[in-house]
Amino acid sequence: IDMPVREAINQGLDEEMERNENVFLLGEEVAQYQGAYKVTKGLYQKYGEKRVLDTPITEMGFTGLAVGAAYKDLRPVVEFMTFNFSMQAIDQVINSAAKQLYMTAGDIPVPIVFRGPNGSAAGVAAQHSQCFAAWYSSVPGLKVVSPWSSEDAKGLIKSAIRDPNPVVVLENEMLYGVSFPMSDEAQGKDFLVPIGQAKVEKEGTDITLVAHSRAVGHCMAAAEQLAKEGIKAEVINLRTIRPMDYATVIASVKKTNRLVTVEEGWPQNGIGADISANIVEEAFDYLDAPIERVTAADVPMPYSKPLEEAAVPQVPDILAAVKRALYREK
Amino acid sequence: SGSITVPFSREYDTHKLPFEMPKEAVTNKEELLGYFKLMYTMRRMEITCDTEYKARAIRGFCHLYDGQEAVAMGVEAAFDQKDSWITSYRCHCISLLRGGTVESIFAELLGYSEGVSHGKGGSMHMYSKKHNFYGGQGIVGAQVPVGVGLSFAAKYATPPGEKTPVAIAMYGDGAANQGQIWEGANMASLWKLPMIFCIENNQYGMGTSKERSSSNNKYYTMGNHIPGVRMDGMNVLMVREGMKAAKEWCSTGNGPIYVESDTYRYHGHSMSDPGTTYRNRDEIASMRTARDPIEYVKNLLVQHNLADPQELKNIEKDIRKEVQDALKAAKNGSIPKFEELYKDIYIGGEDNSKIVYPAYIRMPDRAKSIGSIYERGVSGM
Repeated sequence: IDMPVREAINQGLDEEMERNENVFLLGEEVAQYQGAYKVTKGLYQKYGEKRVLDTPITEMGFTGLAVGAAYKDLRPVVEFMTFNFSMQAIDQVINSAAKQLYMTAGDIPVPIVFRGPNGSAAGVAAQHSQCFAAWYSSVPGLKVVSPWSSEDAKGLIKSAIRDPNPVVVLENEMLYGVSFPMSDEAQGKDFLVPIGQAKVEKEGTDITLVAHSRAVGHCMAAAEQLAKEGIKAEVINLRTIRPMDYATVIASVKKTNRLVTVEEGWPQNGIGADISANIVEEAFDYLDAPIERVTAADVPMPYSKPLEEAAVPQVPDILAAVKRALYREK
Repeated sequence: SGSITVPFSREYDTHKLPFEMPKEAVTNKEELLGYFKLMYTMRRMEITCDTEYKARAIRGFCHLYDGQEAVAMGVEAAFDQKDSWITSYRCHCISLLRGGTVESIFAELLGYSEGVSHGKGGSMHMYSKKHNFYGGQGIVGAQVPVGVGLSFAAKYATPPGEKTPVAIAMYGDGAANQGQIWEGANMASLWKLPMIFCIENNQYGMGTSKERSSSNNKYYTMGNHIPGVRMDGMNVLMVREGMKAAKEWCSTGNGPIYVESDTYRYHGHSMSDPGTTYRNRDEIASMRTARDPIEYVKNLLVQHNLADPQELKNIEKDIRKEVQDALKAAKNGSIPKFEELYKDIYIGGEDNSKIVYPAYIRMPDRAKSIGSIYERGVSGM
């Protein structure tokens, strides 16, 4: 069957709440309103006010509260209405959650999930359109995942909730309504996508495309067009940003000898920058061309639609980068 | 039998408090001697930290608690260890009450693996989950919403109708105007959480007096509609009775309370602050003479003929030696093994309780990185 990403996340949350009564949800509008993006639909009705809590619009406070609850063995799932608002709470995410296990020499784990839509949305301008993958994935002690498909979304939210560490789940608003096939296995209650493993979405031999979240879809579209020209692109869906599955990327580059990274985040210190550095260190001799990075433009997000489209990677941008890496075009 | 009644020389100041605060405390020799011994141990421990810091045996930041001992002691006397506690970086003496020992605290400060946090936390980061002590948090004010989360978890785990254990978050007058404190208080009140907001008002946030930092320096009123109480934080009995009342209020479903302890720190804010540029020596000296929390307990013991001065002197002598011995023992500690560097970043394994390692941990020299970039995820090493 096909299932929208929104429903896949909802199913994952529901199954994990059923499985462990220490799992609870909190965030703005997650309960009675059933989620600003309806991701938590029906869960308040099913689990009640003890386990699905509408918070005031105070990110720093409710994030801190959730971290404290996790210190005492509860398993909070914090929804940021969008990750842009998580900046108000970033001290609690990093200083109170990510570093706690280390500072306590293993005494106090923090089993918590921070989830919500991340990255560029549509027509909401600079303050509501930003990718936090590079920010959060730079922090030891956090795990960071970023699903693309419905299977990713369900399997990763379930793994995140079962994980005894703080996990940041970077979803994408533009994908919530997009349907993807769900295998029989993925519809089951035991379906998990392991954190730390990338997925080769499409095999190929000529060039490697690496992406996460919505950019994976762009890469798949680009790969289809390239196939028409006889170019076999391999598409890697990172799924996890930290711990990064460099092994899969390196293995692919050793096969294809060419690499294009694609992301909706800014270029400086981005995911592509990190992958590029590691590939140069580990697989320089296998590269037949310079690595190409396709990223958001190095500007805040504009409102006007044509400008917005120019600010985030589109399929033609990927195709152009691929052609350069293949020496087909300058 | 042997119990005495001690009237308070100062009344509790209250704010929207729907119950009466006591005017006296009942205690006895055993209790008072216990408080005296622990508070004197705290005092000697902190003074020894000062010496060791100046001798450069202790690194980094170091915030001392001498002068404020009655607050922690009064809280612990009113609580049991099911009640959760979180505080700021001024945490040595709370650790001593909640799982730490003088030796393990010194060992932590010296950076040894025998330390309460195995040498990975230092002065500001001491914990014991077993004793419901959650730090030892270094970011001013951030411990307060986290503390509200401790009270949330306490309520979550308690069957309806039963008394809940409480949580206390301690913070200073310097932190009291942080927005996140109100964010936590609002939720604690909305959700009727068993939460004590405890302001340790030591009169200065670093070097800024409360008059210069707070438009409202009656901190016990800052909960708006949330009841509050202010007490003499140099008087262990007044703190104890105040905290007992606060605990009773919170644990029976009434929601949170603000409790302000009017106290004083003898040392500067941290070891880099001599503590004399923004206040004068006379102020410190008069505080020591008139309000010292340990002298108060000693005087009670003597005045009520529960102990004679010589007995107390002997106890002090013993404690000084115990603290020195603990320091000596701590100094025999071992430097943490290199492997500790990259341990305790992630937990996992089959029952989610084993320390696991990322497959690849990059080191300053890439050639010396731990694990392999060709492996994936986290695993037992």
